[in-house]
Amino acid sequence: MLKYIIRRLVMLIPVLLGVSILTFSLVHLIPGDPAKSMLGEKATETQLELLREEMGLNDPYIVQYGNFIGKILQGDLGESIQSKEDIAVEIAQKLPATIELTIFAMILAMVIGILAGVIAAVKQYSWFDNVSMTGALFGVSLPIFWLGLMMIWVFAVELKILPPSGRLASTVELETITNFYLLDSILSGNWGAFKDAFFHLLMPGLALGTIPMAVIARMTRSSMLEVMGQDYIRTAAAKGLKKQLIIFQHALKNAFLPVLTIIGLQFGFLLGGAVLTETIFSWPGIGRYVYQAVLARDYQIVQSTILIIATIFVLVNLLTDILYKYFDPRIKYE
Amino acid sequence: MDTDTPLLDVVNLHTHFFTKAGTVKAVDGIDFSVKPGETLGIVGESGSGKSITAMSILGLIPSPPGKIVDGGIYFKGENLLDKKEKQLRQIRGKEIGMVFQDPMTSLNPVFTVEKQMVETIRAHENFSKKQARDRSLELLNLVGIPDPKKRLTSYPHEFSGGMRQRIMIAIALACNPSLLIADEPTTALDVTIQAQILDLFRRMQRELDMGIIMITHDLGVVSEVCDRVMVMYAGKPAEFSETKNLFDHGKHPYTLGLMNSIPKITPEKHKLEAIDGVPPDLHGLPKGCSFAPRCKHVMESCLNIDPELKEVDNNHHVRCLLYEDSKEAVST
Ligand SMILES: Nc1ncnc2c1ncn2[C@@H]1O[C@H](COP(=O)(O)OP(=O)(O)OP(=O)(O)O)[C@@H](O)[C@H]1O
Ligand SMILES: [Mg+2]
Repeated sequence: MLKYIIRRLVMLIPVLLGVSILTFSLVHLIPGDPAKSMLGEKATETQLELLREEMGLNDPYIVQYGNFIGKILQGDLGESIQSKEDIAVEIAQKLPATIELTIFAMILAMVIGILAGVIAAVKQYSWFDNVSMTGALFGVSLPIFWLGLMMIWVFAVELKILPPSGRLASTVELETITNFYLLDSILSGNWGAFKDAFFHLLMPGLALGTIPMAVIARMTRSSMLEVMGQDYIRTAAAKGLKKQLIIFQHALKNAFLPVLTIIGLQFGFLLGGAVLTETIFSWPGIGRYVYQAVLARDYQIVQSTILIIATIFVLVNLLTDILYKYFDPRIKYE
Repeated sequence: MDTDTPLLDVVNLHTHFFTKAGTVKAVDGIDFSVKPGETLGIVGESGSGKSITAMSILGLIPSPPGKIVDGGIYFKGENLLDKKEKQLRQIRGKEIGMVFQDPMTSLNPVFTVEKQMVETIRAHENFSKKQARDRSLELLNLVGIPDPKKRLTSYPHEFSGGMRQRIMIAIALACNPSLLIADEPTTALDVTIQAQILDLFRRMQRELDMGIIMITHDLGVVSEVCDRVMVMYAGKPAEFSETKNLFDHGKHPYTLGLMNSIPKITPEKHKLEAIDGVPPDLHGLPKGCSFAPRCKHVMESCLNIDPELKEVDNNHHVRCLLYEDSKEAVST
């Protein structure tokens, strides 16, 4: 097992190299002149040329790429073209916000999606099955920004029961330890902050989690339906086991395998969706960070952040594969 | 228990499936009983309702679309059809053990053998985990799994088909059931393994004085282990007799056809003579005898009259118009 993990980690190197080439090329294909966006419209051609030279923008791409990778290997993600802030520091601060939001959305999607899928399968063709699966069909095609704005309008503007933006109310104090606010508030025993952070998470979490939730619910249902027809489920019933035990242990553990694959893939989708969600809910994470950087043509930020996001995605996929082993003993990693 | 009182008495059982395409009378009026220590065989082609009979006894007919529409299933004198789900659960796996056809798919692939045995034992007996584990080891030993201590924590895919079927049998025997239902337990296994498994059944039966219902479409298996046999056709009994008598004096044309379809590996003749025609479509059974369309001895009246099960000899019942009045056999 350990050998397998190490081998997979080594195999990540070429993957990440590919990803870095891809992000680098993408960023340099985006139209727009970084020098111009830094100096403004009024800059003269000589000023621009000077800056380009200084930033290495006139070097061949291969040299630029080499510099980019060289720095990254030293943990240097470069600095913002606009504000000159150290990108690594910025990301270290913003990443926990994104991860907290993504994990929260994923847990929401998994708990509700799996439960709905199981119930829909066990009570096939019941009103619950019909309603939840129609809902799920609707859910996968819902645009996040529309859903987010509708939620803000209903829950924050009209009903005033949830905060429209941010991670924490300005009146709430929280000692930041890990920058994961839920975790920090538990660590410092600050229940007021926990509640506030939780309420702030609800809307963006739901907006972000709706599509994966719908996908997971549909996948769970079809997978459960197939498993419930298997011989070993009949065996479990003939052994005199309780129905709940048969459904939630014997059937679900088998039915979960294809769902796990979907969850791994949906995680990538969540990281992408975070850009939209964070922008709508002014969530101070790397999604919003990269969005603003794109608007400002700050290619340094875009390049580094996308590389980080891609790395996380690849790691999540590795984690999914390892979890697979736990759920399916038939899989051999040799 | 007095050996003459039946352990299980199935009376006029009717299990139907109500599907969009119409009503499927999978089991349509069968009666039989099993005594302690006795093995009853149920034989018939695919689709004749053997498994549905077994599932009806355990109360595991999927509903909808299935429903037991008539009859009684008396186990130790009590009608299982009157019992609540919770009471049935206490009988399944404890009083009545069940072994299924395909050992490759009948064990849950994601749980260890230990888990699948221990959960059965603990569902019925007040055992600690340790006690249940010890009992599992004992059972694996009993059914002939070598090195049970090591194998207990293995997963099903780490065993061969024959070994898996032994494990299934161990699970079925876990709580010393008084009745064991085996639904084609050797069909998926090769011949030598098949002989070993049948041997295991005989040994266990002697030790535990169980009644066994042996479902099969293999008359070879019947001749080896069954005391009495019910031949089923299209949800109804075609013939019912003691095993020896069936082989010597089988009467129903369908039974005779089944016997002819056993491959005879003799120098002169080794050809498999299957019964002509296909098993009937239960959606639209003919008005008269359901076997009539395939019967070599079909008469005019067979197409109109569905015969009753008649006793033609001591403990020998046949459902065929050929024997309605005369008691003489037809030779084929
Ligand atoms: N869920 C169901 N819905 C509709 N019909 C069913 C259902 N289950 C079984 N049947 C019908 O009941 C009939 C009897 O099935 P059963 O499984 O008892 O056959 P069998 O004698 O065990 O055959 P085999 O030797 O193939 O196992 C079949 O014709 C089948 O079509
Ligand atoms: Mg069957």
